[in-house]
Amino acid sequence: METSNGIQDKSLQAASSLKAFLLKSSTKSNMNVYEHLTRLLMKVMDEQPQNVVDVIEDMSLDVKRAIFEGMQSTLRDLPQITAAVLLAEQQHLLFSRPEDADREEELVETSLPNVSETGFYLEQAGVGLGREEMQRVFLALKQLVESQALMRCRLWGKILGIETSYIIAEAEYREGEEDEEQSTDEEAADEEGRKAETHLTENETDPLPQSTYKPPPVVPKEARGTGANKFVYYVCQDPGLPWVKLPSVTPAQITVARQIRKFFTGRLDSPVVSYPPFPGNEANYLRAQIARISAGTQVSPQGFFQAGEEEGEEEDEAPRDSYEVNTDFEGRPVAEMVESLSFWVHHVQHILKQGRCTWVNLAVRPGEDSNEEGEVEEKEEEPDEPEPEVGPPLLTPLSQDADMFSTPPWSSKMSSTLTSQHAVAVLRSNLWPGAYAYACGKKFENIYIGWGLKYAGEGYSPPVPSLPQKEYPSGPEITEALDPSLEEEQALKDSLEEQQAAQEEMEDTEEGEEEDDD
Amino acid sequence: MDFKTLYYSWELVAGSGQTLSVEQRVALQTSLVILQKNYKFNRVLFWGKILGLKDDYFIAQGRGEDEMQDKKDLYSLNCMDWFLLPTTTDSMIQEVSIAAKGRFIGDPSHAYEHVEIRREGESDEERVVTKVREESRLAVMIQQIDEEVSVVPRGAFIKSPHGLVQINRSFGGLSDSEAMKLDNYLHFSKPKNLKKRSILEKGDLNPAIDFLDLLSDDIPKGSWSLQRECAGRVCVLRSLFWLGLTSYHVPMTPQHGYIYIGDGTKNLDLPFML
Repeated sequence: METSNGIQDKSLQAASSLKAFLLKSSTKSNMNVYEHLTRLLMKVMDEQPQNVVDVIEDMSLDVKRAIFEGMQSTLRDLPQITAAVLLAEQQHLLFSRPEDADREEELVETSLPNVSETGFYLEQAGVGLGREEMQRVFLALKQLVESQALMRCRLWGKILGIETSYIIAEAEYREGEEDEEQSTDEEAADEEGRKAETHLTENETDPLPQSTYKPPPVVPKEARGTGANKFVYYVCQDPGLPWVKLPSVTPAQITVARQIRKFFTGRLDSPVVSYPPFPGNEANYLRAQIARISAGTQVSPQGFFQAGEEEGEEEDEAPRDSYEVNTDFEGRPVAEMVESLSFWVHHVQHILKQGRCTWVNLAVRPGEDSNEEGEVEEKEEEPDEPEPEVGPPLLTPLSQDADMFSTPPWSSKMSSTLTSQHAVAVLRSNLWPGAYAYACGKKFENIYIGWGLKYAGEGYSPPVPSLPQKEYPSGPEITEALDPSLEEEQALKDSLEEQQAAQEEMEDTEEGEEEDDD
Repeated sequence: MDFKTLYYSWELVAGSGQTLSVEQRVALQTSLVILQKNYKFNRVLFWGKILGLKDDYFIAQGRGEDEMQDKKDLYSLNCMDWFLLPTTTDSMIQEVSIAAKGRFIGDPSHAYEHVEIRREGESDEERVVTKVREESRLAVMIQQIDEEVSVVPRGAFIKSPHGLVQINRSFGGLSDSEAMKLDNYLHFSKPKNLKKRSILEKGDLNPAIDFLDLLSDDIPKGSWSLQRECAGRVCVLRSLFWLGLTSYHVPMTPQHGYIYIGDGTKNLDLPFML
């Protein structure tokens, strides 16, 4: 009995000591295990969840959390202003309704494109930004059209960037409007630049030696409304954010853009760090890529456009650069459009190697130092007699496009195989991944959604830096000759000796003769 | 992305410009249900689309119990008839890397040929011909993309003590601020960098969640583009190595996924382009 009592006592003691241990409250949280387990088991009994054993840890955590809750009640979170809220506030303006609704009747011929219709067809083609986003872009375009006096406007596409993307609208001004102020601004800037330069040279009393390097003549920019600058482009980063007008493109920018491969960052003012150096910042680079993409991928069904009135059918000097809508265009069956690329034509001028759509003769004006020019401007043109560069004329069928990297330039498809009666003909560019065109009856549209990069085949190799300029004319008097080897020296010595001996012999005989004569 | 969420997740990744037509989407909804039943998959992902010169491939991926190991890839040309892709072997990967160049054609039986002339001495010429079918190229490419750029937000998958990787049903999504940081996104493939981390960093890791590599450890830095889209609601991640891979996550919701729509070639020019 005693022993059993002793055991009981011992076990009781052990139990009470364990309970005391369990009741020991933590120095950190002032809680103890005993109470915690009681609460936890009560919670289990209250809630009776399935497979309690699997979730017991989570429940235990919940119980602990419940205790802490009360202590934070006086602190309130400051509502966080997220990027979504800021954007929503900007986009709020897109949905404001014009107050004078009558005005719309005056503007029957609006320049606002029907983006929802385009979006509908593009969706069938498997391209698009999503329905909601398209609607937002539509509203943003409406805002643009209302704020600027545009004759025509079109959703050009979207170029993805690393930080943000650009939504791009293509626009055409009414003739004469907005044109002049822009050009005068640019001229003024140019003049200022020149003044600064002259100041520098005047102030200097002891001028540094002048470099003999003469930069190659700058290819003049195409005037607004012609060639690569036919349209003006507006970009915005998200629908609702302000539209920014892109500067017009220069030929130098296009030629450099052809040699580099860079991602867009999404900030228009960021520099383009590349080799060869790009003249301008990202806005210029974006504009140059837009010009290249437009020239390569803007296509329309054959017959939709016809050559302009002042027809230059002879195709000499001036390639035609204008076209008009053919009102008699009937539209072609979709099957035919899919079948053959010759039913599609380019309606944007090809950009020549020079970086312009119409070739300009550079050798005529400066005239001097044409030899040095040739070195710097390697392949562009021969210094003596520049061959005019001629691109394919406007409205050339796509079937004449050249293959690059053994890839056909276009893939055509029908949007639907099951209901082909009502399908849309879809054209996908393989050279500019992301460029699409569709045609359906009389309707067609082009769009580009991508990274703004051309297909580069297998790997891109950056151009090699040009050779360093020669410091001095190399000639025999300053070139180091190779030291002769011993054998060569010996051979030379021998031959010299022989020569001498022969000469002496000659002299001897001569002398002998002379002697004989005497 | 899980094909069951297709009907609303399209809008979220459409910012890259590529979508499917309604006809294709509807076809997928029908055929993938049947596919799931026939192959006894736990779930089926619509993996993406490869743009070929003549035709496009649609790719689906079936997942078994272990989300990481039990994967099977299938392709289709018309969204209805699905064919199983071969499993990749090392020799297949090597052959593909030698022979398959350029764009996909769109014909699974198209054979890429590569002739290598090995010279031994003066006269001995040995012609080594490597032939690869486009089907195997497709399988290799999918495996590569999955290995290099498949993305999940941190916490979306858990690893059980037995090593089974499964969906975390209690994943509530990253918070708004977390979702804009690259180190909260993980590679959904066998980890390579995990052991290289210092003990100090490892201390904070949760073995059930942090069993994958971080995107922020990728080389080179800046091979990802993370931005907000769809009126700032969705965080969209795009790989600059595999142009066409778009991954999305809606903060504060468990919705996430990735899709690849592109020409199936890796952008090896990236070092020049940043």
